[in-house]
Amino acid sequence: MSRIDFDIAHLLAGSLVLISFLELYQDRLYALLNVYALHALALAASVAWQAFVQDAPHLYVTATIALAFKAIVIPVALHRIIVRLGIHREIEDVVGVGPAMLAGIGLVALSMVVMLRVTHGADPLAREDLAFALSVVLLGLLMMVTRRNAVGQVVGFMSLENGLVLAATGAKGMPLVVEISVAFSVLIAFIVIGIFLFRIRERFDTVDVQVLDRFRGERG
Amino acid sequence: MTFNALTGVLVVPAAAAALLAALPNYRATARLNVAATTLTLICALSLFFGRPQPSSYLLVDDLNGTFIVLTTFVGFTTSVFSLGYIGHELESGRLTPPFVRFYHAMYQVLMFAMNLALVANNIGLMWVAIELATLTTVLMVGIYRTPEALEAAWKYFILGSVGIALALFGTILIYMAARPVVGEGLDAMVWTVLITRAGDFDPALLDLAFVFLLLGYGTKVGLAPLHAWLPDAHAEGPTPISAVLSGLLLNVALYALLRFKMLLAVNTAALAPGPLLVTLGLISLVFAAFMLYRRRDIKRLFAYSSIEHMGIIAFAFGMGGPLANFAGLLHMTLHSLTKSAIFFAVGHVAQVKGTQRIADMGGLTETNPVLGWSLVLGVVAIAGLPPLGIFMSEFLVVSSTFARAPLLAIILVFGLLVGLAGLFLRLNSIAFGEPRGTNAKARASYVPMFAHLALVLAAGIYLPPPLVAWFQNVARLLG
Repeated sequence: MSRIDFDIAHLLAGSLVLISFLELYQDRLYALLNVYALHALALAASVAWQAFVQDAPHLYVTATIALAFKAIVIPVALHRIIVRLGIHREIEDVVGVGPAMLAGIGLVALSMVVMLRVTHGADPLAREDLAFALSVVLLGLLMMVTRRNAVGQVVGFMSLENGLVLAATGAKGMPLVVEISVAFSVLIAFIVIGIFLFRIRERFDTVDVQVLDRFRGERG
Repeated sequence: MTFNALTGVLVVPAAAAALLAALPNYRATARLNVAATTLTLICALSLFFGRPQPSSYLLVDDLNGTFIVLTTFVGFTTSVFSLGYIGHELESGRLTPPFVRFYHAMYQVLMFAMNLALVANNIGLMWVAIELATLTTVLMVGIYRTPEALEAAWKYFILGSVGIALALFGTILIYMAARPVVGEGLDAMVWTVLITRAGDFDPALLDLAFVFLLLGYGTKVGLAPLHAWLPDAHAEGPTPISAVLSGLLLNVALYALLRFKMLLAVNTAALAPGPLLVTLGLISLVFAAFMLYRRRDIKRLFAYSSIEHMGIIAFAFGMGGPLANFAGLLHMTLHSLTKSAIFFAVGHVAQVKGTQRIADMGGLTETNPVLGWSLVLGVVAIAGLPPLGIFMSEFLVVSSTFARAPLLAIILVFGLLVGLAGLFLRLNSIAFGEPRGTNAKARASYVPMFAHLALVLAAGIYLPPPLVAWFQNVARLLG
């Protein structure tokens, strides 16, 4: 692999991590969804580049799914949902920007240390891709923890899945089964979540998960 | 592909799911549900008499053969139980006909997903199947549409998805470890290929993969501290689903972990997975045993008891060796049978009393003698008292541990005793004393419950030698 191929792959995967950081501190849902769309776009570009570099045409399918479904369909649908729920103007009190960023930096450092030490045998592209992917996964987890709003948690989960797709495509020659299943699971997951969001709205007049917590089976 | 028992185990539930989703009539579909699980059970049993060669996607060996028979059997008895249970829910208006239709279709999808996870020879396929099983159970847990049910389903969904996501990352890492040795492509995800070549894999990568798999599938097993979803999901869903969750789905996730544990055992340079399982198992056992004391909801009580027993099973498999593995297998089988029998009883109790709150029920042995005493028998069994089967499996776990690590055995026995006392404390207020709460007539289907309890009792008194030989064989496979 030539130097420039490697650098571009690096750039794309790195930008995915960077956009994950952007997601961390968005306190408006609209802005969060826009950043998520950007996240999916970067994923699509990264996967497409992998398809080109690895000469693996089936990866273009994954890239197309990422582009069409994750970068366009889901953000648009979620936009409509939050408008219908009337929460698009709400400002969410994210855990302080400073601590969230510091925690994020810590997680990225952790994944670098862990992955680069463990995978010294693998080829450099796969290895750094995997380190980036783990960072994206961990940042997604962090986002799910810091959000109280159900929509925010869902976006966190979806960026976590983006990290998984990045890892799967970085692993050269991984059977297509997995990639499609990941994409497909996002679809199913999204449908499920959509149903839930509406149902939750019907019952509680809010999608703030904190409010749900009062319904514990162990009252009194 | 020619039709054989293996395809039957998968095709029957899949076809039944499609059919049940299409048919509107409640009575017919409930019976069809039973017919489908019967047919699946027959297919599973016939696997004993000739099994197909492993392909790159499917595999049947002695290990998963045991799991498949257990899964299809409990799946069958639970469908018989749900016949009466769902009828009652329909009459009392908690479920409407469209939801019942949905419920039956989902039940078969769940059976399909669990069977697929068990027979998968491809670690990617196994992951997909477990994901499918998770999603179907999420939908079933939320089926009552009450705020509590929705919260439980949401929590289960989020925690389950995160677990599943971590497991996928682990699966990708296994592929990365296999690729330099096995080569690119499908073979590097086929379990039968991996197990023969695992000795040459990069140990560091395998270690990391196992940590992710343990966190991921461990969440599905319900090991503490990853168990937060489990009590809610058990308490708020329909009782047949609680029975299937506790009795089967936890086992399926554990099965996935065991497969990867075997992979690591082949590689001498990789970390030993045993101590990790032992630690998580002991934490789950002791934690859940203490949690039993403060339960106010009867289904949550037994959900915590499931965490406790999954802890014991994980502990036994973590110790390893022929005797501990044997004990683990036996305990897993008996726990599935007993816990689903208890949930059958609890389902009827909740219907009779019209509530799940322990404070609102009492004197059950007086008002409903059959139901009350069956529940008592079930709790005696799950608490591990002789002469029922779980006593024997727990005894085996404890005695094999005493021989090798006395200190761990002391913690184990401590946890068991705390759990036993907790269960009896709660049982006392449910089954004995002044009758409390409403008292509807029980129109129960007792047969599945009695069948399970009879099997557990029989296992405690006499284990047939062929069964012992079979389990010993599987225990050797597990290493």
